[in-house]
Amino acid sequence: MGWTFEGDQPIYAQLVYQIERKIVSGIYAPGVQLPTVRAFAAETGVNPNTIQRALAELEQIGLIQTQSTSGKFVTLDADIIHDIRQMLAEEQIRKFLFAMTNMGYTATEAADLINQYTGKDDEEDEPTGMC
Amino acid sequence: MSQLECVDLVKAYGGKIALDHVNLQVPKGKIVGLLGPNGSGKTTLIKLANGLLTPNSGQILVDGKKPGKDTKAIVSYLPERTYFADWMSVEQTLRYFSDFYEDFDRTRAEQMLHQLGIENKMKIRQMSKGTREKLQLILVMSRDAQLFLLDEPIGGVDPATRDYILHTILANYNPNATIIISTHLIADVEQILDEVVFIHNGKIIEHTSVDRIREEKGMSVDAYFREVFKCSENW
Repeated sequence: MGWTFEGDQPIYAQLVYQIERKIVSGIYAPGVQLPTVRAFAAETGVNPNTIQRALAELEQIGLIQTQSTSGKFVTLDADIIHDIRQMLAEEQIRKFLFAMTNMGYTATEAADLINQYTGKDDEEDEPTGMC
Repeated sequence: MSQLECVDLVKAYGGKIALDHVNLQVPKGKIVGLLGPNGSGKTTLIKLANGLLTPNSGQILVDGKKPGKDTKAIVSYLPERTYFADWMSVEQTLRYFSDFYEDFDRTRAEQMLHQLGIENKMKIRQMSKGTREKLQLILVMSRDAQLFLLDEPIGGVDPATRDYILHTILANYNPNATIIISTHLIADVEQILDEVVFIHNGKIIEHTSVDRIREEKGMSVDAYFREVFKCSENW
């Protein structure tokens, strides 16, 4: 399932981030039951108390809910999932722009490069380039 | 009450001090790494905790009691070296554990052995070092003990066996029990630990949590350990 942990950040924080990504990408779909703490520990190789801490944080954000009898579930609230997805995306964009401005690009130039790379600009640009 | 408590604990072998006025409290329900270079006092501390050694002064308490008959019933100990005789079969080791420990869950042990393809009639001498280590760990982890003392459980085994051992520790972990793992292979065990105790020349020099080190220092416990012990060479 691909759980890897880096050395420079708390393990619980990395777990929160990785589970968030699995939720916003639909690997853990809305309303689906999450593995138990024990199962999570076995799957990730991480200490059960650390798992507990990560799940508590996800619960506080509202991404997961506890039903006392039957365990923890991904929220059905599409707005929360959407917001977190947006937040994770913005985080990636900030990182990208930081790296680009370090290389001397402006934000607009960086955006143009993305459009070129994904081929969006091609349709508009190519006719002039053909001449 | 702490699962394990040391109060001003001193142990010396002849004139050589192995543990030097150690004060330590290990709570219930935690997986704790006892980390230090070779000869730092890890094994001595573990042997004191299960009553194989007695302190020169100070005291060590398991669940509030001095190590003895009562504490042996709740402590499960994995020694540094495997101790079964070559001629023993797996079946004999299972009986041995059943006879000695009331809390031994033979069915659980057999299930794990079965998954590994280790048969009851197999003899210890037919096993590789890695398989012996796995057998012993399975037996030790199949007890419903309160305190598990694992002395170098991943020393000298290949990475696949190491993964299996760490997985087995987590899979059998009862959240009310405490596990103390002594090792100098920190990078491998870091993820499964709550707390770490750094021990050097018989002294506890740090007792904190894995995520606190990562939060405060911005580095892994392994990296931090190397930094601390690099400085300590100048002591």
